[in-house]
Amino acid sequence: MSPLEIFFTSLGMALITLLCRAFFLLPDQDLPMPKWLREGLRYAPIAALAAVVAPELVMTQGHLVDTWRDARIFGALAGLAFYAWKRSLFGTIVCGTGVMLALRFGVGW
Amino acid sequence: MISRLAGLRAEALAISRRPAFREGARDGVPMAIGIAAWGLVAGVAMVKSGMGIPLAVFMSVLVYAGSAQIAALPLIAAGAPMWVVWAATLCVSLRFMAFSFHYRPYFAHLPRKQRIAFSFLMGDTNFALFIRRFPQFEPGYRHEDYFLGCAVVSFGVWQAAIITGIVAGSGIPESWGLGFAGTMALLALTCTQLRSPSTWVAAVVAACAAVAAYALPMKLNIVVGIAAAVAFGVLADHARPGRSKAKP
Repeated sequence: MSPLEIFFTSLGMALITLLCRAFFLLPDQDLPMPKWLREGLRYAPIAALAAVVAPELVMTQGHLVDTWRDARIFGALAGLAFYAWKRSLFGTIVCGTGVMLALRFGVGW
Repeated sequence: MISRLAGLRAEALAISRRPAFREGARDGVPMAIGIAAWGLVAGVAMVKSGMGIPLAVFMSVLVYAGSAQIAALPLIAAGAPMWVVWAATLCVSLRFMAFSFHYRPYFAHLPRKQRIAFSFLMGDTNFALFIRRFPQFEPGYRHEDYFLGCAVVSFGVWQAAIITGIVAGSGIPESWGLGFAGTMALLALTCTQLRSPSTWVAAVVAACAAVAAYALPMKLNIVVGIAAAVAFGVLADHARPGRSKAKP
């Protein structure tokens, strides 16, 4: 792409993501929505987070990991354990990343 | 013009002194390490795609959506048509619609201009923190100040990190595993949303569906994961007559 094309592509991307984020905040009146969908949508945010995270942890080059010696999985487990123990967001990030790095550089996984 | 700027400055100062703003900012700070790590990785990826520093900074400030930018990079580098990049952006951004749906009860009373400004600042981190703090609307509390406090911290840290990544470029090797800190931040946020057995099941359903559908183009696997979890939620509520008002 030429720089000018990238410029216009960026403008379009900005508009599209803003419209998605503003979708339910733009109208002054509540959008009519069937009750079953309203109920189901309660699960959408947790689903979005889980759907973003899971592939990052268990996929390698487009395939499911086929070895248990994967530093990411143990890093994630350590992070989860820390969260269950202390409920600390900061601690979860540091502990999970630390274990992952220790396994990758210390053990070579 | 100058008096207008001074007025804005005074207003910003006044908002930053409000207790709810401070609480939001304080809650946002522990997430900064995850946001910063992921921002650095995103910045390095942007400049490595060969678009040049000015355009990379321009896109980062204007789009302010890490996952959409990362999804767009290989398409831009490969010279894909503009509409393909936009379609990919739409697929990756669909999850934000769910966020805006959940924010509506808290922000519907604000002027539209402010609602649009808030939409621009929406992200995974501040959404999860906001819902953790306010599972329900609390009458009398200034939710917008809390949101703003948290969102301003996220925005500042993210932009500083991604611009650092863009400028530092290949000085930051991939093997540091910085991106993993961003994934850990999202994992921690996912944990904060697990409030009941049904949210656990929804998370597992979404995770499995997103992994199973990973081969789909344009990160559509995320949309598949959300759809699967929402479908589960609808079915679960229907399968338990009289329990349709169960809280997540």
